Amino acid sequence: MTVLMTIDGLTKSFADTSMRLGPKRPPVRAVDGVSFHIMQGEVLAVVGESGCGKSTLGRLLLRLIEPTSGTVTFEGQNMSVMAPEQVRQMRQRMQMVFQDPFGSLSPRRTIANIIAEPMDTFGLSGTGKARREKVAALLQMVGLPSIYMDRKPRQFSGGQRQRIGIARAISVDPTFIVADEPVSALDVSIQAQIINLMQDLQQDKGFSFLFIAHDLAVVRHIADRVAVMYLGRIVEIGTKGQVYNAPHHPYTEALLSAAPHPEPGRRETRIILQGDVPSPSNVPSGCAFRTRCPLAQDICAREQPALREVAPGLNTACHFAAAHPITRHRAQA
Amino acid sequence: MTMTTDLPQDLAEREAIAPEPGYWDPVRHVLLDRWSTRIAFVVVILFILAAAFAPWLAPYDPLRQSIVSINKLPSWDHWLGTDQFGRDVMSRMIHGSRNSLIFGLLAPIFAAFFGTILGVTAGYFGGWADRVISRVIDLLMAFPELLLAILIAAALGGSFWNIVVVLTVAFTPGFARVARASTLAVKQEPYVEAAIAAGVRTPLIIFRHIVPNIMAPIVVLMTLWSASSIRIEATLSFLGIGTQPPNPSWGNIIRDGLTNMFATQWPIVAGGMAITIVVLAISIIGDSVRDVLDPENAQ
Repeated sequence: MTVLMTIDGLTKSFADTSMRLGPKRPPVRAVDGVSFHIMQGEVLAVVGESGCGKSTLGRLLLRLIEPTSGTVTFEGQNMSVMAPEQVRQMRQRMQMVFQDPFGSLSPRRTIANIIAEPMDTFGLSGTGKARREKVAALLQMVGLPSIYMDRKPRQFSGGQRQRIGIARAISVDPTFIVADEPVSALDVSIQAQIINLMQDLQQDKGFSFLFIAHDLAVVRHIADRVAVMYLGRIVEIGTKGQVYNAPHHPYTEALLSAAPHPEPGRRETRIILQGDVPSPSNVPSGCAFRTRCPLAQDICAREQPALREVAPGLNTACHFAAAHPITRHRAQA
Repeated sequence: MTMTTDLPQDLAEREAIAPEPGYWDPVRHVLLDRWSTRIAFVVVILFILAAAFAPWLAPYDPLRQSIVSINKLPSWDHWLGTDQFGRDVMSRMIHGSRNSLIFGLLAPIFAAFFGTILGVTAGYFGGWADRVISRVIDLLMAFPELLLAILIAAALGGSFWNIVVVLTVAFTPGFARVARASTLAVKQEPYVEAAIAAGVRTPLIIFRHIVPNIMAPIVVLMTLWSASSIRIEATLSFLGIGTQPPNPSWGNIIRDGLTNMFATQWPIVAGGMAITIVVLAISIIGDSVRDVLDPENAQ
């Protein structure tokens, strides 16, 4: 497998641009020096609580927003230095599936026009009958009857609309798709169908997939690797098996213990974190997680822990990653 | 939400979801449902037809003077009597409706066009374009429309196109402000981000995704300002800086009538009635359209 995308020191801070009198609020560091890579054809899940910067990260990778610093290298090209028109050309190979199935489809356009929009943009759709046939094939691929292509989005349910959004994303055969919490707005009964659909399409077409979710249970099924974010930083990244079964970061452990287990009756030792997530405009010194961490020591306030390999296929940003696993019973699960 | 499955075969068997009303259906609904609006609609259409077919409908040449029939009271020959030059008031009213109505339609259309361009530019691109356009809008908004219109008409004179320009300039800021605010709102919609992510070029995003979704408030403003436009044209003509005599317009028919008020009152009554009826009818329609398109009032 080759590397598709390399992210190096990516940072996005939102400055206080309000016209208020008085001192400005400190900038919000939504994404704070994130580095990782995405392999060709892999599914990388990014999980974390709301406000941890995971959606911002997804948008930075597609350059829907401009990074404050850091670089994104996609298929060997440094996207950070590209002109807007070059970035626009890149979008043929990188698409997005949105969180909101109701807002992300233009209410006044037909399904055919919505799905064909990326193809139209890059001159791939052909005209007339050929275009309709392509749209019909895409609808078929996402499990919708092609007779619906002349309808408007408001006539479809959330799950159906998300299928339409997926059809739009795969229409130009991208090599990379960002899915920003694609199922969080859907009924639980529909979520599994949509995840299965995306998994089938991913295996079929082999694109790389950045799957953003706030919930570890959702991505368990689809991910190859999992990255856990906290306050704009990646605190742990590794293969699915390592992250789920032998996490070394106390935050990952806390998240896992909060996720419901598929096995009925089984009781886990729940780790209840104290306090709230600190404001991203006022991140604690050193390790951002130290204010809520059961393992925190003096060093955590002084030094920011770097991501380092603590086990094969697992990188963890914790001073005590190797020394103090809280609960180790998962190792055999 | 009820328990439904998304299985395709299931979908194929039943209708996906009952078809909802189209975007303009509520408008049609209100235009036809309220009796007041229905009457107003008929009135406006009658006036427009009268203006369109003026040369065939008017019994006399509106400019032909006749010394033998001055200041006549209404009769079968002259339904609204004649003025101090012996011109048939009915014919002058019918021809005058052309001038009055054409301003009522033209000025808001032009103003909507330019205002939308300015407002969308300011709203979508932001930055210095927004600052420059917004300040110019504020500057123009600081003048009452009528004052601005008198100012420009006095400076340029009262020819047909000058008055159209005057009213367009007076109305453009209002449209620009509405278009800008709507653009700022629509720009935040996920489907605009989706279009950007799909690689769509900026001009296409604006014409395909922004403009169609901000048209509703613009159309409301157009109906409301058609009424204002007719009113202001009448005012300018009454003041002598609008449509120039001997060409008739409702405003200068009243002006002529005023100087001759003690000989015959019919030109004033006719002109005043026509302006009142048309402005009232258009305002009623405008209010209905606004009620329907305002999300706060959605039924």
